[in-house]
Amino acid sequence: KVLLKYFTPLPTCTVGEIFELKAELNSDKKEKKKEAVKKVIASMTVGKDVSALFPDVVNCMQTDNLELKKLVYLYLMNYAKSQPDMAIMAVNTFVKDCEDANPLIRALAVRTMGCIRVDKITEYLCEPLRKCLKDEDPYVRKTAAVCVAKLHDINAQLVEDQGFLDTLKDLISDSNPMVVANAVAALSEIAESHPNSNLLDLNPQSINKLLTALNECTEWGQIFILDCLANYTPRDDRESQSICERVTPRLSHANSAVVLSAVKVLMKFMEMLPKDLDYYSTLLKKLAPPLVTLLSAEPELQYVALRNINLIVQKRPEILKHEMKVFFVKYNDPIYVKLEKLDIMIRLASQANIAQVLAELKEYATEVDVDFVRKAVRAIGRCAIKVEQSAERCVSTLLDLIQTKVNYVVQEAIVVIKDIFRKYPNKYESVIATLCENLDSLDEPEARAAMIWIVGEYAERIDNADELLESFLEGFHDESTQVQLQLLTAIVKLFLKKPTETQELVQQVLSLATQDSDNPDLRDRGYIYWRLLSTDPVAAKEVVLAEKPLISEETDLIEPTLLEELICHIGTLASVYHKPPSAFVEGSRGVMHKRLPAQSTESPDVGTAAGGSAPEAAPSIIPSQGDLLGDLLNLDMAPPTTSGPPPPTTGMQMGGMDLLGGGLDSLVGISHSVDPYAATPGQLVNPFWVKWSLQTVIRRSDGVLCLQVWLPAMKAKGLEISGTFARRAGVIQMELILTNKAMSVMTDFAIQFNRNSFGLAPAGPLQVLTPLGPNQTIEVSLPLSTVGPVMKMDPLNNLQVAVKNNIDVFYFSCQYPISMLFVEDGKMERQVFLATWKDIPNDNESQFQIKDCHLNSDAASSKLQGSNIFTIAKRTVEGQDMLYMSIKLSNGIWVLAELRVQAGNSNYTISLKCRAPEVSQCVFQCYEAVLKN
Amino acid sequence: MIGGLFIYNHKGEVLISRVYRDDIGRNAVDAFRVNVIHARQQVRSPVTNIARTSFFHVKRSNIWLAAVTKQNVNAAMVFEFLYKMCDVMTAYFGKISEENIKNNFVLIYELLDEILDFGYPQNSETGALKTFITQTGIKSQSKEEQSQITSQVTGQIGWRREGIKYRRNELFLDVLESVNLLMSPQGQVLSAHVSGRVVMKSYLSGMPECKFGMNDKIVIDKQGKGGEGATGQSIAIDDCTFHQCVRLSKFDAERSISFIPPDGECELMRYRTTKDIILPFRVIPLVREVGRTKLEVKVVIKSNFKPSLLAQKIEVRIPTPLNTSGVQVICMKGKAKYKASENAIVWKIKRMAGMKESQISAEIELLPTNDKKKWARPPISMNFEVPFAPSGLKVRYLKVFEPKLNYSDHDVIKWVRYIGRSGIYETRC
Repeated sequence: KVLLKYFTPLPTCTVGEIFELKAELNSDKKEKKKEAVKKVIASMTVGKDVSALFPDVVNCMQTDNLELKKLVYLYLMNYAKSQPDMAIMAVNTFVKDCEDANPLIRALAVRTMGCIRVDKITEYLCEPLRKCLKDEDPYVRKTAAVCVAKLHDINAQLVEDQGFLDTLKDLISDSNPMVVANAVAALSEIAESHPNSNLLDLNPQSINKLLTALNECTEWGQIFILDCLANYTPRDDRESQSICERVTPRLSHANSAVVLSAVKVLMKFMEMLPKDLDYYSTLLKKLAPPLVTLLSAEPELQYVALRNINLIVQKRPEILKHEMKVFFVKYNDPIYVKLEKLDIMIRLASQANIAQVLAELKEYATEVDVDFVRKAVRAIGRCAIKVEQSAERCVSTLLDLIQTKVNYVVQEAIVVIKDIFRKYPNKYESVIATLCENLDSLDEPEARAAMIWIVGEYAERIDNADELLESFLEGFHDESTQVQLQLLTAIVKLFLKKPTETQELVQQVLSLATQDSDNPDLRDRGYIYWRLLSTDPVAAKEVVLAEKPLISEETDLIEPTLLEELICHIGTLASVYHKPPSAFVEGSRGVMHKRLPAQSTESPDVGTAAGGSAPEAAPSIIPSQGDLLGDLLNLDMAPPTTSGPPPPTTGMQMGGMDLLGGGLDSLVGISHSVDPYAATPGQLVNPFWVKWSLQTVIRRSDGVLCLQVWLPAMKAKGLEISGTFARRAGVIQMELILTNKAMSVMTDFAIQFNRNSFGLAPAGPLQVLTPLGPNQTIEVSLPLSTVGPVMKMDPLNNLQVAVKNNIDVFYFSCQYPISMLFVEDGKMERQVFLATWKDIPNDNESQFQIKDCHLNSDAASSKLQGSNIFTIAKRTVEGQDMLYMSIKLSNGIWVLAELRVQAGNSNYTISLKCRAPEVSQCVFQCYEAVLKN
Repeated sequence: MIGGLFIYNHKGEVLISRVYRDDIGRNAVDAFRVNVIHARQQVRSPVTNIARTSFFHVKRSNIWLAAVTKQNVNAAMVFEFLYKMCDVMTAYFGKISEENIKNNFVLIYELLDEILDFGYPQNSETGALKTFITQTGIKSQSKEEQSQITSQVTGQIGWRREGIKYRRNELFLDVLESVNLLMSPQGQVLSAHVSGRVVMKSYLSGMPECKFGMNDKIVIDKQGKGGEGATGQSIAIDDCTFHQCVRLSKFDAERSISFIPPDGECELMRYRTTKDIILPFRVIPLVREVGRTKLEVKVVIKSNFKPSLLAQKIEVRIPTPLNTSGVQVICMKGKAKYKASENAIVWKIKRMAGMKESQISAEIELLPTNDKKKWARPPISMNFEVPFAPSGLKVRYLKVFEPKLNYSDHDVIKWVRYIGRSGIYETRC
């Protein structure tokens, strides 16, 4: 009770107080001194500045009283940095204490010295630290090990120069488990700032030492060791299994962090085990019970566990598929636990347990917390989409909830019903009438937009659709952007379905969008619709009322590469935030990306790169991009408090982030997010952005290639294919860029050509080995042969292609430049040329003009040679250059050409002679393309 | 790792502030206060990220403990550490309250210096800490004592010191179970599980080697093959975790529980079962809405255990709507009261034997409201205590060996007690 007086609430220490304390600190009586130091520390705690007492406090340092010494040290740690010169006064005592007979004092001194971030002190620290690292007492050694990490944080160079890293490495073999654990912790931390140093040098021997220490050290030490083990990549599946076997006992530890870190090691090393191994399934079974046990921990830990389970369920759903019940929400759970449990329930929902899940969700929808209720309602919709058999029951549950008339429940229900309509078209539209009854109560943008979408989509079935939409139009400018955009699209849909009665309405909305709005997205979309409608109503119908791709069953899935990285971070903050460490850690620490090991193959060389904590650099930039995308999506989806235009800078931000590769694609993706219905990822209805991607240009080492979109995503359930052709080293290559704009993963790609004029056929299968995740893009080169079946096409160079994936088969046609078929040995002998020229009847000759070409004949000749058009002879008659050339097509047809170039005239004349005159037109196009490029 | 640790009172005033890492500034103290303690809404997450700094917090009565970091730390470890910190403080000075913290701030700083070094948790076993953080100064330690302390703090058996002597070797085992239930109004078990703890209080001399045995189905079945053991009485344990003194690899290999216990009290084991649970009580609710201003509630409870046993401290909590204006209750047994501040009827029964039944009926008058939202009907919850383990767990043996001292297993006096309590025991209505 005496000490309460130290906490008297005074804003600052008065001069008098300082003076008084000074006197007490210099008192002869030990007790008085100690009391004074306590008062100083108390003032320090509440944030008062007591640095003026520095010399007086340091004077108290030389004492036998350990308690007093500790207090003085505490003071020093706080103020030494602000008073570096005076801190030197303490050095002698520190150095002396490091030699003390009492190991507790030696450790205390070295521990405290490491916390004083003053250069001069660190210099003096080196010698005592070196001694302490080799101290006979383990307590001193374990303290010294951590001190190396402290010193490294202050002056990394010094630590390296002094050779402390090697000493620290030696401590991994120490006889005392706690020393080992602290050395591991210190080394792991230092290694993080030297990604490529291979500091930990993990190899089977050192791993064995760590596993031995694991059985003996404190719970915290076990965590350090397990976290370190998780960075190791075993050399083969046998080693992987033996480590797993020695780690599994940790799953029964009372400390949840030990359990989670063990789970991390197991989840990671399991990747390497063959799936048919008995041990693999045993391990899977062993993982479930400890994860469930984590849910009986304190709520904060439950939260951490649930966030991690969320990841584990996405990575390996089989582990917890029978444990649905433990995720049922308890009435008294804190809200953060409730929300997380709900999320996992949806992920685990399946046909087997859907009845139970639905009964629970219905129960939750009547709870008090608004966020929770909303999420529960949304969850019912997600169940409907995920488990088809339950859809009907879900819809009727949602209708029941709408009957409650609780405002936010109704709105949430309408938002999910819209998704159900998307998933099961023409099945539940009978409920539209009920939905329309609630039109007036909708005040949230998302719900309004959803309702408008429904009205627009089913305009032909709703008699008064025009009236309904018109009613929204009255306050058009007060609506949020997403509602405005939706309203615009819905009215255009309505117009296309019932053109006669709604002409006035559509004009009204178009003028509202284009003339009275200062939102560029809205204006642009307005103009596009306007032009579409005015130039080609048929095309407009095809675009606006296009069949929509299916929506995916799983929503909110974490992008696969990010998921893999997060699995490597189980138990840590990254797994709680569901973000890679680079997203919330400053500086170099944790920026390197971790990833799961691949399943081991027969050859052991996979593991040689087992650089401990330093796996290779990030495999791709997709995670961060995806993240940003998600953020932006949220940004747009969230009901804006101020109803202004969406940030127009979104596009620019993306552009700045990634100029090459997927940059433009993601730009396209981002812009879609403006319209959540027409363009939730995977649905490309907005024509403007399709045009954008037509112009996508990808820069490569071999020049600029103009890619054409061959198959727009809206026609192929989210798969977009663009590409071009090239001939390299005698091989015809079809360069394809596949982009997944749907929400589900695409796999099992295959390609086939229809019979065509030159017998083009794929020379091998389409090499898409990894599944294509949502918003992922992959480039594939497909070598082509010319030995396939032949059929004359019109135009001649037309190619009809079929691409199959796990979703469907899609067809498109494209035209290849015929120059692809010009073979390398197409140079004719002069004599043969002359003979052939004469031999081909004059009827087969065709003449063309190439305009505006400013090359001289030599330049033209060498340029053409690059495309396998060979100049055989050159003649100059009256200032006019005559070039004679030959071309051989892959099917053996020869084309002979005469090119006339007149100086000062930019128009070339070309005569082509061929036994198959049909090709002439195509060959001419090639000339033109080559010469003008 | 942990960059700093702050303790606040309910007003957000700092009582303890210890910074371990340079990247945590004084402003972090204020950031947490402003964004979490003084935040208007309810806490939405125990982990908060404010300006790239992460705060982990737990609350004990009205004291906030917050750990701060700027790195990608092991989040589970940070929470485990905060709980441990609370345990250590409680072991030293009792309840965690503002007054106790202010009175012991020097001690707390000393503890924080010892159990967290550069943000890395160190040995935090109270038994070990109490040997050298004593608040009396360590003047009189001999060299042997010092090295004994350090070897204990860092040693393999960090939780027990050598040279403990008792005249009477005695140990107490408590099997404490909490039985959890969620039942539908129709009496269908939606989920039920028992989470149990085996708490051991031991007063044993020397370094006793102990072996604990219970009716674990896996062990019994294994022995059953040898000819003995009645499988009917064994229980299936879903999962269990152990105090760090238990040799986990041995449990994993042989499923035997062997250990050297800490002196005094420790929680030896935690376990969870879901199969064949004895549900001590069944609650049968009947709620009838009579018009818009009246509710009739009838609740029957049935005890479901041996008639010779007595349940104690029975309490049934029946929630009432927010617009309740008056309640009339009639109960056969015990006392029932309407508590307006808690929106519930609380029915208490001191004792109840097994295989009995009791009933309460209430009439609830409601004020008419315009509130469109229906009453959420929270579940009826129940509290009780029974003198048996609802999971069916039985202690088979606890053998003690101390090879160096001359006492044998037979000389140890052993006590076992079973207590089953209600966890979250709810029936929806």
